Amino acid sequence: MGIEILGLPLYYYIAMVAKVLIAFVFVLLTVAYATYAERKIIGWMQVRIGPNRTGPMGLLQPIADGLKLFFKEEIIPSEANKFAFLLAPLVALIPAFITFAVIPFGDTIKIFGYDVPLQIVGYYDAGVGKVVDMNVGVLYVLAMSSLGVYGIVLAGWASNSKYSLIGGLRSSAQMISYELAAGLAIIPVFMLVESLSLQEIIKAQAGMKWFIWNSPMTFVAGMIFYVATLAEVNRTPFDLPEAETELVSGFCTEYSSMKYAMFFMAEYANMVTVSAVMVTLFLGGWDGPFVSAIPWLSPLYFIAKVYFLMFLAMWIRATLPRYRYDQLMHLGWKVMLPTTLALIVVTAVAGHFGFYTFSGLFGN
Amino acid sequence: MPNPFTPIMQGMKITLGHVFKKPVTLMYPDERPKVAERFRGLHALKVSHNKAKCVACYLCPTVCPAKCITVEAGEDTNHDKFAAKYEIDMLRCIFCGYCVEACPVDALKMTGEFELANYRREDFVFTKERLLEKK
Repeated sequence: MGIEILGLPLYYYIAMVAKVLIAFVFVLLTVAYATYAERKIIGWMQVRIGPNRTGPMGLLQPIADGLKLFFKEEIIPSEANKFAFLLAPLVALIPAFITFAVIPFGDTIKIFGYDVPLQIVGYYDAGVGKVVDMNVGVLYVLAMSSLGVYGIVLAGWASNSKYSLIGGLRSSAQMISYELAAGLAIIPVFMLVESLSLQEIIKAQAGMKWFIWNSPMTFVAGMIFYVATLAEVNRTPFDLPEAETELVSGFCTEYSSMKYAMFFMAEYANMVTVSAVMVTLFLGGWDGPFVSAIPWLSPLYFIAKVYFLMFLAMWIRATLPRYRYDQLMHLGWKVMLPTTLALIVVTAVAGHFGFYTFSGLFGN
Repeated sequence: MPNPFTPIMQGMKITLGHVFKKPVTLMYPDERPKVAERFRGLHALKVSHNKAKCVACYLCPTVCPAKCITVEAGEDTNHDKFAAKYEIDMLRCIFCGYCVEACPVDALKMTGEFELANYRREDFVFTKERLLEKK
């Protein structure tokens, strides 16, 4: 294969397109079957069975739902701003998928003698001689998650309905408040790893030294991050914009058929993305037993961890009642923000004295 | 100072325990629910000596809260009072059972049949022939 495009061999582009396709299809399927899994799991937790009539064990339920929404009538309010109205679901959905570009879902595996890092983003560094990861991965993730808020604001505003506007404002205020806490909660992780690159963060957790249990500071950071991301994707117990305003006065009131489906897909896609980010930062990414001997196990470990976190989110949804809006804001600004700031100070001080982890193996 | 985490953990343990219990769902058309003995379902006019016991005393339409019973008296061959027309409109009936309690001759009872769906509004008005109990 001597064909070179822009100085890079052809196989590089083939690998990248293949990874993009696989990641995209994986996220789409996960999102579709997450709706099914949620209904079944929450059903079992409520001593009942979920859908079981469409297809064997109800497995065709997401497809039935999708078809139903596809055939519904498309209603656009006459006074709504058409361009923004049609753009909003896209702006809500696309950042969730785009964030997957930086997340490493596996170790570098060998295919046909070539080293393929299982991460979509990467550039070929001629000096080093191999494909190198983007060294500001986490910054990219934070930036993309902030974009999701635009979709909600746009949806509420473009609907030209007072209730939609208020619902959209509430939801976006909630998302912004918890993004702060989430962003600050990740900082102890950088202080330990001294790099923003996601590959470096995973390498620092190699050998089952995951941040969630290896250091008291990152343990607290992990807990706070998980709760903050639950609030950011509007999952129970923080799903006030979605539930009180369920289909009546909420940012997606005026949406019908596929656009409505896209908003709800965006919620689950965000959940998948945020679980993937948490897995990468705190649960060791693709790390697991025997991964250095058999690199092909790494994507399986990654998927298992992401699915576990999603199960945890559904378990929490089945158990806890909803927060009222002012309690939610109080939690975000008066509890989480001071705690994360204090955590950063504690990590810095502890690091200065060389004590980062329980085993004290990290130096300053 | 009350700990916010322990109640959440306890709650989550309970919900996880529920996953392993047998679900209470009834697969409806294949499995039917078992109704109680005194369940108030569709009415039935009791029959004795080959005619309905109803004497058209008009107590049941009087007590009915929903005014769904229509009775018209008639005189039979033995010059006894009987119900020539007895109709209950199931769309208005609230299945309270007052009519059964009010009947002085124990001519009315309620069976366990609750599957009363129909396609046309007229079919919901149960006439005397449809209300006679099945022997």
